[in-house]
Amino acid sequence: MFDSLTERLGGVFENLKRRGALSESDVDAALREVRVALLEADVALPVVKSFIDGVRDRAVGAEVLRSVSPAQMVVKIVHDHLIEVLGPETADVEFHAAAPAAVLIVGLQGSGKTTTAAKIGSWLTGRRKKKVLMASLDTRRPAAQEQLRVLGEQAGVATLPIVPGQMPEDIARRAMSAGRLRGCDVVLLDTAGRLHVDEALMAEIAAIRHATDPAEVLLVADSLTGQDAVGVAERFKERVGMTGIVLTRADGDARGGAALSMRAATGCPIKLLGTGESIDALEVFHPDRIASRILGMGDVVGLVERATETVEREEAARLEEKVRKGAFDLDDLAGQLRQIRRMGGMDGIMGMLPGVGKVKRQLADARVDEGLLRRQEAIIQSMTPRERRNARLLNASRKRRVAKGSGTTVQDVNRLLKQFKQMSSMMKKVNKMGNRGLMRHGLPGLPMR
Amino acid sequence: MIERDGEQSGWFSRLKRGLGKSAGALSEGITGILTKRRLDSDSLEALEELLIASDLGVSLAARMTAELGRSRLDGEITSEEVRRILAREIARILQPVAIPFEADASRKPYVALVVGVNGTGKTTTVGKLAHGFRRRGCATIIAAGDTFRAAAIEQIQIWGERSGAEVIAREPGADAAGLTHDAFRRARSRSADVLLIDTAGRLHNRSDLMAELEKIVRVLGKLDNSAPHSVLLVLDATTGQNALRQVEVFRKICGVTGLVMTKLDGTAKGGVLVACAEKFGLPVHAIGVGEGIEDLQPFDAERFAEALVGLG
Repeated sequence: MFDSLTERLGGVFENLKRRGALSESDVDAALREVRVALLEADVALPVVKSFIDGVRDRAVGAEVLRSVSPAQMVVKIVHDHLIEVLGPETADVEFHAAAPAAVLIVGLQGSGKTTTAAKIGSWLTGRRKKKVLMASLDTRRPAAQEQLRVLGEQAGVATLPIVPGQMPEDIARRAMSAGRLRGCDVVLLDTAGRLHVDEALMAEIAAIRHATDPAEVLLVADSLTGQDAVGVAERFKERVGMTGIVLTRADGDARGGAALSMRAATGCPIKLLGTGESIDALEVFHPDRIASRILGMGDVVGLVERATETVEREEAARLEEKVRKGAFDLDDLAGQLRQIRRMGGMDGIMGMLPGVGKVKRQLADARVDEGLLRRQEAIIQSMTPRERRNARLLNASRKRRVAKGSGTTVQDVNRLLKQFKQMSSMMKKVNKMGNRGLMRHGLPGLPMR
Repeated sequence: MIERDGEQSGWFSRLKRGLGKSAGALSEGITGILTKRRLDSDSLEALEELLIASDLGVSLAARMTAELGRSRLDGEITSEEVRRILAREIARILQPVAIPFEADASRKPYVALVVGVNGTGKTTTVGKLAHGFRRRGCATIIAAGDTFRAAAIEQIQIWGERSGAEVIAREPGADAAGLTHDAFRRARSRSADVLLIDTAGRLHNRSDLMAELEKIVRVLGKLDNSAPHSVLLVLDATTGQNALRQVEVFRKICGVTGLVMTKLDGTAKGGVLVACAEKFGLPVHAIGVGEGIEDLQPFDAERFAEALVGLG
């Protein structure tokens, strides 16, 4: 989601890196670029302004000009500011209320509330071991209640039986008492999409809030949102008083300015990110990691964490070790391909590695899809163990054999080998980054040796 | 603003209320900037920022402001005039793309494919379009092509009942291209006038899902080599600059022939549509202004431009 912004800032700071010392005008030139980049990334104007002012105040000064590597200092200042705007802490979903705790899900039409409700339900059930009941209060959109019921069935989360014709507030009360009777920890209340300027519907939601006294009110917002993001978030905060924001479609290629805008405008933490269409495509939001991602430093910690959840722990440690050492053979690649498929595909994993925005786009253009991953696995499986350990053994005749064995072509085999080569060199780069450069300035987000 | 006594601020707020009836952020802003009624470089910069704030995009906003500056810099000008000039300029860009959506009667069935990212309002738009065609007496069939999202089929079936269009559906999870094939045959055998195909929402950067869309287009082309006769991309007015990317990719993959912008009943002005019109020149067929079956209007360039700058 933040790749384009990453690329943009990467370009700006590459220019800075080529110079030895920074003048005030250099900083201003860079910040003008940052301003345009942020605006094009749909960050709201007032947020952009205060952000740029803050960076300038700190960047133009003795601290930067005397620094050995001025560009790195500017990167750090921008990075620190991004963290400040995004929020300094990882905010988790809270249930400090007496059980059952109500979680109210609100937002505009089409922001992804129902899907998010099901994802949160599944997440709370699976990873947080909570007993969850979900209820849809959406009596407006055709088949909305049915949608949540089906999703609940798929995710293995109980839903409140649908009573046709019941009003939203009454459904909410019924859900709470059902939750109490069933001994649930959490009752998730999915509401109808509404415009923040629709007085009647905003009053309805305020009434539901009053009736259920929720522990959390989550505003579900689309990462693709433009300048309107601030107005929407402010209005929902004013009328409903949300406690957190869930950003959906974070797997899109929008530059994600809405995240910065809404956080800055309301002070509400961004708690969760929706990162795909599958039911487990939900991640806890880590502001520091996202800030690092914006600056092109990747989200290696996030990669490792996600790996531990879908893969066994030792394997994750092995993966991290391999990534760090850059010692990586085709056997590992085959294992990775399998895990990548489980971890939400190539896009998901590439987005978390540093400096791969461009590679990712090339891959997307080259149509790297699940089928391709499977074919590549087949290619590797058609190699001998020795070949897998040492790819250089693969001469033309061996490649022909491998292609035949895997039902692919020699070109496919070559493509895989090329990709493998790129991946190994990329991992070496990750490794180098961990050891020098930005780490010295105390940037979080990368594992220390 | 300089602090004044109560009477002064009362006068000011009355004036502001009077001028800013349309209440858009942009209109209020322009009024605020031009109370001094001189268009200098400071107020031009503020104007540029306000255009950016309605999602027009940085480069387009800069250009429009520069043009305004060249013609009127340092002259006396009222906020009304500034808005008129801007609206005219925006309408000039939009006029050529304001083309109503009409089915070519010589095609039987006339096939329209409706595509877009998740949550933009495709299914609702299909329902409204079906209603429009039915009202004009066209035999209309809807293909429930969103076989992925839970209860999407039920949702479109309800729209089918409301509009009186027949809905062709398969079980959830079925192959959308296969369903399209069935629906087309059905439409042909019933000699229906219009076949509207709903599709699952997909992010344009998901190449696997885009390939699925490609397949639907391919299947239609095999049945009737002129089909689909139109491919409508549904854009959400709250979307920012990413809409440009959506148009670009969807057009490349499935040959989008026209745009529909939904959710213009909110506070989002949909300024990115101006940038889209400039960059791609694709027809804008209709706008969605509510959840009701009648809430789909033909796109009116002048009215859209006026609303964008807070006039009318």
